[in-house]
Amino acid sequence: MAKIVAGIASSHIPALGAAIDHGKTGEDYWRPAFAGYEWTKEWLRKSAMPDVVILVYNDHASAFDMNIIPTFAIGCAEKFDPCDEGWGPRPVPVVEGHADLAWHLAQCLILDEFDMTIINKMDVDHGLTVPLSLMFGQPDAWPCKVVPLAVNVVTYPPPTGNRCWALGEAIQRAVESFPEDLNIQIWGTGGMSHQLQGSRAGLINAAWDNRFLDRLIGDTDELRHIPHIEYLRETGSEGIEMVMWLIMRGALGKKTRCLHRHYHVPASNTAMGHLVLEPE
Amino acid sequence: MKESIQEYLAELEDIPGTRVYTAQRARQGYWMNQFAMSLKSAANRERWKADEKAYLADWPMTEEQRQSVLDRDYNRMLELGGNIYFLAKVFSSDGLSFVQAVSTMTGMSVDDYQTMMRAGGRSPDGVRSIRDSD
Repeated sequence: MAKIVAGIASSHIPALGAAIDHGKTGEDYWRPAFAGYEWTKEWLRKSAMPDVVILVYNDHASAFDMNIIPTFAIGCAEKFDPCDEGWGPRPVPVVEGHADLAWHLAQCLILDEFDMTIINKMDVDHGLTVPLSLMFGQPDAWPCKVVPLAVNVVTYPPPTGNRCWALGEAIQRAVESFPEDLNIQIWGTGGMSHQLQGSRAGLINAAWDNRFLDRLIGDTDELRHIPHIEYLRETGSEGIEMVMWLIMRGALGKKTRCLHRHYHVPASNTAMGHLVLEPE
Repeated sequence: MKESIQEYLAELEDIPGTRVYTAQRARQGYWMNQFAMSLKSAANRERWKADEKAYLADWPMTEEQRQSVLDRDYNRMLELGGNIYFLAKVFSSDGLSFVQAVSTMTGMSVDDYQTMMRAGGRSPDGVRSIRDSD
């Protein structure tokens, strides 16, 4: 039987990917940002490499233009190419999917009343590849398979936090009915506080972000009730990406314990946060 | 949902210096965003760089939208329905990073903006609500 064994939350800031790709992670500006991932890289390499990652992220006008805006889309292909976001594609390996698991999840989730969009061809952008680089470095091939789960957090309204949490709960149920023995991690990416537009750009709210991190740990589920307007007012217009972390949290069950925590400001325009959680 | 869609949308318009990408903006900016999206392709970027006006003429945008793109006036583009992730294709074609492009919307120089970010970013205090002005 497949099982969700851990959850990882991480920002997916494109500048982090650029710093890795251009060999700048040792520079004074970037060193503290990347230092918080060393623990996780070691933990994954030594004792926790998953068979598959269900990677929750959002597409940033890369695979989806304004013609099709799926709220929840699941990548069911055998592979996903890194896309050209305007600076040229990132020099990272092709992402290998797990089509059997992805289709299993899609079927289970739809019957569990989550109306997923099934995607067979999809290029993946920094939202998906930056977390892979942060956790796995620069290998010739990614060390595990990935099921991409893309969430619309660009065009309003995005899904509610409560709906995201409930989707996570349904993902946990669906994983546990997959017959193959697989160690699965679920990653929630994006955030934390940031605003990339208008005169309020550069907004950071470390106090709010850290309360959010606190509440992903343990048995509280109060984060599911934060309304969109609170993310917008308190964490900037792009802070809404944090609803994707709630899909990860929901999939870890009633209670979590924290193995590792990292928070750093700034990375480019953004506050970065990172958590490693296990179901308890 | 507890509140009406009208109340939900009214709240989204109550944030200083912020244009939330609502259905109304998505409709208004549809062609501007689709134009920007086309710059994902290296071949299109070359055509765009060779003659921006001619490239824009192929897209059924308003004159105001075209001018805001030519001026690289990102706040104006946002007002006219642009979305920052689509517009990122315009500034990436110019070789600008997110920090360089985003700082132009704040009235600050790139250096001043970077200094603010290194010092912990912009505080939300005083910029949470137009109505309440905190």
